[in-house]
Amino acid sequence: MFNRTLALLIISLSFFNVSAYAATPSEPLWPTLKIAYFGDKEIREAANDLLVIEAPKRAEDAAIVPITVKSLVAQTADKYIKNIHIVVDNNPEPYSANFHLSPELGLIDISTRMRVDQYTFVRAIAEMNDGSLHMVSRFVKASGGCSAPAGKDAAAALARLGKMQIRMRKPTVGKPVQAQVIVSHPNYNGLQFDQKSRLYIDAHYVKNIAIAYNDKPLLSVDTGISVSEDPSIRFTFTPTEAGSLSANVTDSEGQNFTHSKEI
Amino acid sequence: MKQLSLSLFSLGVLLTISATYACEDYSVKEVSSGIYYHQGVHEEPSESNMGAIANVGFIIGEQCVAVIDSGGSYLEGSYLRQAIKNTTDLPICYVINTHVHPDHIFGNAAFKDDKPTFIGHEKLPAAIAAREAYFAKTFKETLGKAYTGTEFISPTQTASINKPITIDLGNRELILTAYSTSHTDHDLTVFDSNTKTLWTGDLLFMGRIPVMDGSINGWIKTMTQMQTMDLNFLIPGHGEASSDKWQSGLQKQLDYFTLLRDEIRVIIEDLGTIDQASKEVGILEQNSWELFEHYHRRNVTASFVQLEWE
Repeated sequence: MFNRTLALLIISLSFFNVSAYAATPSEPLWPTLKIAYFGDKEIREAANDLLVIEAPKRAEDAAIVPITVKSLVAQTADKYIKNIHIVVDNNPEPYSANFHLSPELGLIDISTRMRVDQYTFVRAIAEMNDGSLHMVSRFVKASGGCSAPAGKDAAAALARLGKMQIRMRKPTVGKPVQAQVIVSHPNYNGLQFDQKSRLYIDAHYVKNIAIAYNDKPLLSVDTGISVSEDPSIRFTFTPTEAGSLSANVTDSEGQNFTHSKEI
Repeated sequence: MKQLSLSLFSLGVLLTISATYACEDYSVKEVSSGIYYHQGVHEEPSESNMGAIANVGFIIGEQCVAVIDSGGSYLEGSYLRQAIKNTTDLPICYVINTHVHPDHIFGNAAFKDDKPTFIGHEKLPAAIAAREAYFAKTFKETLGKAYTGTEFISPTQTASINKPITIDLGNRELILTAYSTSHTDHDLTVFDSNTKTLWTGDLLFMGRIPVMDGSINGWIKTMTQMQTMDLNFLIPGHGEASSDKWQSGLQKQLDYFTLLRDEIRVIIEDLGTIDQASKEVGILEQNSWELFEHYHRRNVTASFVQLEWE
């Protein structure tokens, strides 16, 4: 779903918009983004009967804005949400994540953390197994003051690169349980500076996080440079038997990190 | 002749900005012999306060002046420079930046004509580079006309952790100390040996809620070390300079972050969320700090993602 050429086109479009209108883009980007990412497919807007998107009204810390998407209709083998696309309109790369979801997840409850440096719509577009598209959105105001989408301690983030955690409450077989996968990664978005080389550091970010239970895929997320440093994915699933929850992370330089937890 | 050019300068500034904040209103106070500061207001930066929200000032030796933090806009920088010129004829040899935040560095360009050595932490250049585009975009709007002339000037002399540098203003030695990640990853303090006066930059906020843009654990450790310092005067990054109030201010700031850390650890342990933490953690502190609403939840958010890795 990530089309790099298209993404670059969008980046240049959004930079143009940014420089022309500073922190308050007056022309909504969504009509352009919609065509770039979804072509002429119809998207049902305000799909509040299917999805809920939660985000703070204000990006308290521009580098870490928690975003949660929940479904109101449980997944079934016949009818399920196949993908949830996250678009942050005014970010340098608006197409921010694509969650590929298993029909066995039950009610969807997924969260991640994004960089949001100016006020923007944040959108979740559910793509059903029949191909239909349904959207919900929230408006997030920018943070004030000295909050910048830059990392706080680049040296610490790099020192921990690849370290992973799977965190969860004690699960009960047959009951939904919430779990969190975090991977330590600086998620360089190409706007960070290396003082030694006096050059901008190439974008180096987590591209995919795949989560499986007993080797059966639960969800997989394609992520881009909008995702915060130390990417975190929180989700709910129902273990049907004892087993192993595993996460496999791939970054843009082809590095692979894995972690698992017996439950 | 000097008087005339000064008033022409003031007139020029007044005309160009149609200011709500006039140069003659910009006051500096002598904290200890030869050490002056302008106390910032506890407000968000705006065009009407020209971003003058942090403590900025200068130290006068027998041969030279050192500026410590240059102001929250080019305009504040030019007022600070004027205040220096009104106080002494000695040249401005150094502009020291305690860290990257706009209220501490945006006045740098106002001192360019003095050709000073700009000094900061060794990680300050990287911090400026990482934030420059974002700050320029945002603060052009926030500060309006006060922003005009603002440039991002990186230090040419830097201090490294465990390697303090000493500069001499003429019978007056300043010791510049670089810290490991605390308020930011590049905090620098300035100690005047003659009077035992410490400029902390934003390692200490008094009155105004502190903002964590570095490491909560690192800052707590640094604050604990600062408690044992033998000082006659201390100038915090925000709030009143004093000989006897900073000890309780430091304790209050340490208590605030310790409380945040304790409460966030409990929530993380219980697999709680950032959202939950930002609603629950430290809310009893809300009447203890100015601008609590603006920065508290940010502190919780930023601390949360760090404490997840303990």
